[in-house]
Amino acid sequence: MNLAYTQEQQAFREEVRGWLADNVPATPLESFDTEEGFRQHRAWEATLNAGRWGMVTWPEELGGRGCDLVEWLIFEEEYYRAGAPLRVNQNGIFLLGPTLMEYGTEEQKARILPKMASGEEVWSQGWSEPNAGSDMAAIRSRAELVGDKYIINGQKTWSTRAVWADWCFGMFRTDPDSERHHGLTFILVPLDSPGITVRPIPQLDGLPGFAEIFFDNVEVSVDNRLGDEGAGWRVAMATAGFERGLMLRSPARFQETARRLVELYRENRESADRDPSLRDAVIRAYLDAESYCLATYQTACRLSQGGRIGAESSTNKIFWSELDQNMHTTAMSILGARAELLPHAPEAKGVGSWLDGFLFSQSGPIYAGTNEIQRNIIAERMLGMPR
Amino acid sequence: MDFTFSEDQRLFQESVRDFLVKEVTPERIRRGWESETGREDGLWAQLAELGLTGITVPEEYGGLGMSELDFVLLAQECGYVALPEPLVHTVLVAVPLLRELGGELAAAWLPKIAAGEAKVAVGLGQNLLLEDAHVADLLLLERDSALYALTPEQVSLRHNESVDPSRKLYAVEVTADVAPVASGGQAAALVTSALDRGALGCAAQALGLAQRMIDLSVQYTSERQQFGKPIGSFQAVKHHMADVAVRLEYAKAPVHRAAYAVANAEVIAPQAVSHAKLVACEAANLAAKHSIQVHGAMGYTWEVDLHIFMKKAWALSNTWGDPGFHKARVADYIFSDGASLGAGGTFS
Repeated sequence: MNLAYTQEQQAFREEVRGWLADNVPATPLESFDTEEGFRQHRAWEATLNAGRWGMVTWPEELGGRGCDLVEWLIFEEEYYRAGAPLRVNQNGIFLLGPTLMEYGTEEQKARILPKMASGEEVWSQGWSEPNAGSDMAAIRSRAELVGDKYIINGQKTWSTRAVWADWCFGMFRTDPDSERHHGLTFILVPLDSPGITVRPIPQLDGLPGFAEIFFDNVEVSVDNRLGDEGAGWRVAMATAGFERGLMLRSPARFQETARRLVELYRENRESADRDPSLRDAVIRAYLDAESYCLATYQTACRLSQGGRIGAESSTNKIFWSELDQNMHTTAMSILGARAELLPHAPEAKGVGSWLDGFLFSQSGPIYAGTNEIQRNIIAERMLGMPR
Repeated sequence: MDFTFSEDQRLFQESVRDFLVKEVTPERIRRGWESETGREDGLWAQLAELGLTGITVPEEYGGLGMSELDFVLLAQECGYVALPEPLVHTVLVAVPLLRELGGELAAAWLPKIAAGEAKVAVGLGQNLLLEDAHVADLLLLERDSALYALTPEQVSLRHNESVDPSRKLYAVEVTADVAPVASGGQAAALVTSALDRGALGCAAQALGLAQRMIDLSVQYTSERQQFGKPIGSFQAVKHHMADVAVRLEYAKAPVHRAAYAVANAEVIAPQAVSHAKLVACEAANLAAKHSIQVHGAMGYTWEVDLHIFMKKAWALSNTWGDPGFHKARVADYIFSDGASLGAGGTFS
C-alpha cells in the first residue's frame, strides 16, 4: 500500500488542470435539457475531444489516452474542481462506448466510436418500457429480422437525453416465443429513422430531460445489432456493470457537493445552528463523501491489478444516491425560507444551484435500478440470503 | 498510488482467521465468562507462538517489526471472533507506546511481550477505566498530563463489570510515589498517538464484528421458517441486512486509510482515525440493531451467540474516544480555514 500519487500521476493532474483552466467556459452553459444548452454541451464535447480529453480511458487510436482507473479518478477530480460542464453524451461515452469495445465488431467501432467521442452523435438509452421498469426482463418491444433489417415496433420510456439525441440503444425482443431475459437483442437505433416518434417528458424541473420513444415499423440495418441475436441481456449487463458505474459516478462530484455544503454551513452558521442536527448532517456528509472516495480508490487499485468486482458493487449505487439526497436536503434546510426560490428570483441571494441539485438528487435512488432492487441484489447475491 | 494490501498481508490475514475461528469459538468465550480472570494463558501462549503478540515489536527485541498497517486486517479478524484476550490493545497501543518511550522500559518489556511472557496495559485520560489491568505485568497510565509506568504492586484495582462479560475493566488508584516516564509536550504527543492507535483498534474490530453479525443473521434467517418459507426471503428482512452491508462496505476503506496514516505518522492521522472509528462503529451498531431484529425473540436471549458480538460492538463504539470526541475532531478540521476539502483533497 502506498497512498501517494506517483510523479507521473502528479504531472497528469497538472496537465489536466492546466488545460481545463484554459478551456472551461467562463460562463456556465445552459442546461443540456434545453435546445440551446444541448447545442452548447455538444460543442463542449467537441472541444474536449480536440484536446484528447473527451474520454481519457479510451485507447489512443480512438482519441483517448489509455488512462488507468486511478488516472481517471484524477481527471474527474480536476474536472469537477474546475466546474466544467456536465457530460451530455454520458450514455454514449460511459455506457455504450465501453460495451462497444467489448462486444462491437471492428466495423461498428470504427463507424460509431469516433463520432461518439466528438459529440457529433449523442446517445440516449432505451431500456425501460411502460411495463418493464424494475422488472427489465419484461421487455415487450419487438424487433423482427426481415432480410438484412430489423423491423421494430413498440415503446420505450424514461429515455434520458432522447429529445435532442441522435441515437438510442436498448434491448428488443427478437424471439416472440421467448420469456424473461431470453430472446432479447441489443440494437442501436438512429432516432431520425422513419416511424420513430419522440415525445418529451418534462422532469421535476420542467425541462424535458427524458422522453418516450414510439417505434412504428422502424427499419434498422442488422449492422446495428450489438452482439449476437438473443444475447441482449448479457450485453446489457456488461453495460450496467460496475466499472461503468464507477466511471459514471466518480467520487469527485460528491466531494465537491460536500465541500460546498461545508461552505454553505459556515456562511450561514448562526441560523443553521438553531437546528443542531444540521451541523451533524454536514459532518456526516463530509465523512460519507470521503468514505466514498476512499472506497472507490481502493476498488480502482484492486481492479487495476487484475481484481474482479462482485455483487458488492450494488452497494455503490445506494451509497452515493442516498448521500447525494442527504446532502441536498441538508443544504435546503440551511437555506431555510430561500430554499424554494428559483435561482433567478429577486430575493434568491446565495441559493446557488442547490435547488437544481436537490431536485436532481431525488432521481438518484430511482434510476439505473431502484435502490430497493439494489438491496435485493445485495441480500441475495452478496450476502446469499434465500430468494 | 496503490490502495491494496499485499499478497503477504492477505495470506497472513487468512491464516490468522483460520486459527481464530477454529480456536476462539463462542463456547470457549462463554467458558471464559465463568473463569476467574476471563483470560487463558494457554491461548495467549498460542498467539505469541504465532508471532502475533510481537507483530509490532522491533526485530531487535524479538518481534516481527511490522507496522500498524500489517496488523489492521488481523485486528478485523480479532473482532470477527470477539477475541477476549488483549491482543489488539497489546499490538496497537502498548507496544507502540513502549517503542516510542524507548530506553530501558522498551528494552525490558518489548522482548517479554513478543515472547508472550508479559502483558502491558495502557490507560489514558480518555479511558474511563483500564482494560485488562488485572492480568497486566506493567501499567502505563496518563495522570495529570504525564505518563507513569507502574507495577501491579504500585496500584490498587477496582473491578467494574461491563455489559460485555469478556471485557475486564478496572478503576486504578496509584498507591506508590513514582516519577513520570514522560511529561509535558512529549507526554501529550505520546498520549495522542496512543489514543489514535486505540481508536484504530476499535474501528478495525468493529468491521469484523459487523461482518460476524451479518453472517449470523444470514444463517439464522435462511433457516428460520415462518409462513412456510425462510424469513430471509422476505424483503423487509433482506433490506435490513442490505443496509448493514452498505454501511460496512464503505467503512472498510476509511479504516485501512487510517491504519496507513498511523503507520506512516501522517499529519492527518488523527482525523483519519476519527473518521474510521465513527463509520466503523456506526456500521457495527447498525449490524447489532438489525441483527437482533431479524433474530426476533431469539436475539434477545442469553443462549443465542449474537449478543457476544453485539455487546462488544456497543462497548467499543463508546470507548477510546466516544462518538462526541471523534466527531469534534473531524468538525474542528473541516470547519477550519486550512482544511483540504473537495475533489482531489483526500490524499493531498
